[in-house]
Amino acid sequence: MTESASGGFVASLRVVGHVAVHVFKESVRDRILYNLVIFAVLLIAGSYLMGQITAGQDVKIIKDLGLAATSLFGLFIAVFLGIGLVSKEVQRRSIYSLLAKPVTRPQFVLGKYAGLVLTLAVNVAVMIAAHYSVLGVMSWLESPEFRAGWEAPATDPAMLKAFFLIFVQLMLITAVALFFSTVSSAALAAALTIGLYIVGHFNADLRNFETVVDSPAAAALARGFYYVLPNLAPFDVKTAVVHAQPVPWGYIALTTAYGVAYVAALLLASIVVFSRRDFK
Amino acid sequence: MPAIRTEALTKEFPVGFWRKRVHRALDQLTLSVEPGEVFGFLGPNGAGKTTTLKLLLQLIFPTSGVAEILGRPAGSVDVRHRIGYLPETPYFYDNLTAEELLLYFAKLFGYAPADRRRRVDRLLDEVGIGSERRQMLRRFSKGMLQRVGVAQALVNDPEVVFLDEPMSGLDPIGRRQIRELILDLRRQGRTVFFSSHILADAESICSQAGVLVAGRLVSVGRLDEILAVERGWELVVADLSEVAQRAIGSRARRITQIALGRHALEVAPTESDQFVRDCIESGAHVVALNPLHATLEDFFLRAVQDERGNEGASSDDSRATEPPPTS
Repeated sequence: MTESASGGFVASLRVVGHVAVHVFKESVRDRILYNLVIFAVLLIAGSYLMGQITAGQDVKIIKDLGLAATSLFGLFIAVFLGIGLVSKEVQRRSIYSLLAKPVTRPQFVLGKYAGLVLTLAVNVAVMIAAHYSVLGVMSWLESPEFRAGWEAPATDPAMLKAFFLIFVQLMLITAVALFFSTVSSAALAAALTIGLYIVGHFNADLRNFETVVDSPAAAALARGFYYVLPNLAPFDVKTAVVHAQPVPWGYIALTTAYGVAYVAALLLASIVVFSRRDFK
Repeated sequence: MPAIRTEALTKEFPVGFWRKRVHRALDQLTLSVEPGEVFGFLGPNGAGKTTTLKLLLQLIFPTSGVAEILGRPAGSVDVRHRIGYLPETPYFYDNLTAEELLLYFAKLFGYAPADRRRRVDRLLDEVGIGSERRQMLRRFSKGMLQRVGVAQALVNDPEVVFLDEPMSGLDPIGRRQIRELILDLRRQGRTVFFSSHILADAESICSQAGVLVAGRLVSVGRLDEILAVERGWELVVADLSEVAQRAIGSRARRITQIALGRHALEVAPTESDQFVRDCIESGAHVVALNPLHATLEDFFLRAVQDERGNEGASSDDSRATEPPPTS
């Protein structure tokens, strides 16, 4: 890479960074975000009460609920803020002024994505803190004898592996939302993203579809969908960490690599579509 | 080198459920704007003014033709460093303050923090929202957003400024401020290209104008040349007898009693001499003979009527009949 080319690359990254910081600033002031985060934290905190009414399963319930709440509310944040990245900006025409500045369309797409991932990271961190706080309090309140009966310590660091994969999954969902928002309206983009999230969790079933249908064509079609649609099931290791089963680092690395590759493909597709779009 | 140049610039939008038909929003626009001009791009709603601006900003891509700004292809990043753009009824980010928005935009141009701050402070004061700089934009009225829009368009001291309906949504004071700001830009030697359907605004600030009707440029030139077309003469006479009023008045385009014993006759440009002679021979006194110049409004309305007449007469016109998607 020549010096001027590398200088241009750095300048280009700087613009992406400016857009990302702006998205983060806008997002963290969004009331929708506050509502979602507060509700998620309340749910995580409320899991403590839920744990009290279950005999001997209290820690598992709290861990399960905390991880599930992070995943679900992370999804809502990714969808509702993610589709706003492009759809609302086009709909409200705020994009006109921005694209008249020295910002290329690929820089715009990448900056928007990076900004929302940053927002998600902060929110997931808040939810993780709430989760560990509840478990920490619970552990502190219980006697050592009672704690000895747990499969894993209440504040088991292994849960961070599950949170990490939830975060990678949310990055993927954000990229899906971003892609749909470059090609359709906000409402349609939200519906399609949630639809794909649901399908993504049952994607593995499509692989062996020929075992339940006789038609080879239907089986081939299902196999095709299996390869194209995101497979989200591998990102869900909640059950394993709650029951203190090992989650190998190799598995985490491979699943992350799959997520990152899928995100890259989606961002590329978003950039291609967005770069050709007319803003009528 | 022209500041803005287009050659046969054309934009078609697909219309209909199957998107098979096309609506030609801009038809073969060839235009050249010299540096330092304030160019008024005029036309009724749906004429293609905003479409042209979006093509120049590359918010939409041309179907065919060429658009250049400062000798470079419109839409290139280096051109965007040198231009400013105010969209029609601008809308910005709800959760940012006016100051944050301008600082963000200034950052995109790569200015150092102190320079950014200096530019933003100056501009916010210039457009009259200095005291509201720390208010969230969602609390801003339409007129205030328009001022923010003007400020953001000037954040990089642009050589060429594109303003889409800059007076829209402003009260008389705001309109005057924007008018003065445009005149200031002209004094600084900047090129201003603004679209408007408010003719009074255009008449008072633009040195050149183009009239766009139904996507076609029907006239372009210096404003004083466009307005040089004489509409006729106004002949003011005193003591015009009743007989003469009937005889001469019936040949005039219009006769109006403007005071006791005093009449104004509107006559065609070539008939003024004959009318003067006839009035004197009838015993009346000629008080004044005033040329009637066409206003920009006259010109604009005539151009629209001509264009619509041509469209009606043209049986092989392939243009779609749907209203255009953008103005």
